[in-house]
Amino acid sequence: MSSIGVLALQGDVSEHLRALAECGARAFGVKNREDLEKCDGLVIPGGESTTISKLARTFELFEPIRNKIKEGQPVYGSCAGMILIADRVNDAMAGQETFGGLDVTVRRNAFGRQVDSFESDLEFSSAKPFTFHAVFIRAPWVEEVGKDVSILASVDGHPVAVRQGNLFATAFHPELTSDGRIHKYFLEEVVKG
Amino acid sequence: MSQADRVVGTARVKRGMAEMLKGGVIMDVVDAHQAKIAEDAGAVAVMALERVPADIRAQGGVARMSDPSMIEEIQKSVTIPVMAKARIGHFVEAQILQAIGVDYIDESEVLTPADYTHHIDKWNFTIPFVCGATNLGEALRRINEGAAMIRSKGEAGTGDVSNATTHMRAISDEIRRLSSMREDELYVAAKELQAPFDLVKEVATTGKLPVVLFTAGGIATPADAAMMMQLGADGVFVGSGIFKSGNPAKRAEAIVRATTYYSDPKIVAETSRGLGEAMVGINVADIPVPHRLAERGW
Repeated sequence: MSSIGVLALQGDVSEHLRALAECGARAFGVKNREDLEKCDGLVIPGGESTTISKLARTFELFEPIRNKIKEGQPVYGSCAGMILIADRVNDAMAGQETFGGLDVTVRRNAFGRQVDSFESDLEFSSAKPFTFHAVFIRAPWVEEVGKDVSILASVDGHPVAVRQGNLFATAFHPELTSDGRIHKYFLEEVVKG
Repeated sequence: MSQADRVVGTARVKRGMAEMLKGGVIMDVVDAHQAKIAEDAGAVAVMALERVPADIRAQGGVARMSDPSMIEEIQKSVTIPVMAKARIGHFVEAQILQAIGVDYIDESEVLTPADYTHHIDKWNFTIPFVCGATNLGEALRRINEGAAMIRSKGEAGTGDVSNATTHMRAISDEIRRLSSMREDELYVAAKELQAPFDLVKEVATTGKLPVVLFTAGGIATPADAAMMMQLGADGVFVGSGIFKSGNPAKRAEAIVRATTYYSDPKIVAETSRGLGEAMVGINVADIPVPHRLAERGW
């Protein structure tokens, strides 16, 4: 059984914990460096990316997470989490920092404000492709990808699920649905793969 | 996939937006400058309004939706979500706020009600609503009308946290009571709560509200915020408490930290140091009942 930490500074932490537990992982919140050391994999949840990065900086989790990513820790970021593991961010708040590691440029709130938030089916192209009902909330999209990044799903030509080695990110929120296949993909393909 | 396949304004995207705010602090701001301070301090969203509740209370008169230009200026100045308030029952103010693209509407007792019988039919909107509640029945009536997020009311503009405590305790006590009931007792419980049976049954089964529950009204210190989180709030609204204090930037940052590490007294102690003067405040007990904002809403 994998031990998966969910960064628990702000955001929809409990939804990820539930989704991971339903997929058979041992899931727990990460609020300090000791918690971080116990992770086989780390999930960075949906939330407000500016708030999460500020709190990570204040409580000395920023560099440890950045180092974990460099050392090959499997990480999954959803929405704000995607922004936080991206190397480059458009429409960022002035001075906004990311953990980085994923060689992409992400545009924040790319689909628009809350009034434009939507649900939609998309094709997820892994080894075993499937159709997934995805929930997008003030969601980002990926604007440019580096050569080592594979695109796993897109909406209107904009990548919304990407993978680069140990790093996996979605612009949507599988944790808000009862469909565990995205979390399963992270556990089976990224953490164990 | 084309635009046509996208479904907007579903209960899931409305409630989901509130899920993303959990563990965070939403701050009242009256201009772009304050909005920047709030964003820099780590607020998850700002509430744009013309006067903070303490000033509405002090100045009196009818309090209405803010000028759309003022809200738009705040939208331009920050990247985090921007919320704004409409009067209870004032569905045209809500239509205006939806048209200018605010991220959440607060149908708020802090403004002067526009309808003393009906609240806004919130299902008619693409934009999500947050509503205040003093007890479980009121929360479920608002959810039945389409509210996608609830905040306990407290007593806005006082800096006195006692009513926020009362309302948070009332809501969680009533939820615990429902959870302990036999199914055949829920019919009478629904009658007593004056709430729809289906929602009452859902709460009894899951042991929680079907939407995110924040707290509001009188939070002025990091300790206030941490106490509300320990009482079961998913997050905190701070109105007058920040910009009516001696050092808003520092206090805002401290309240954000205490909201995240609410169960760690050492960190809450650390964040409580040297914040300067808290808002002066008014004791709720000194406010005559007809002037208490929490009484508005039905």
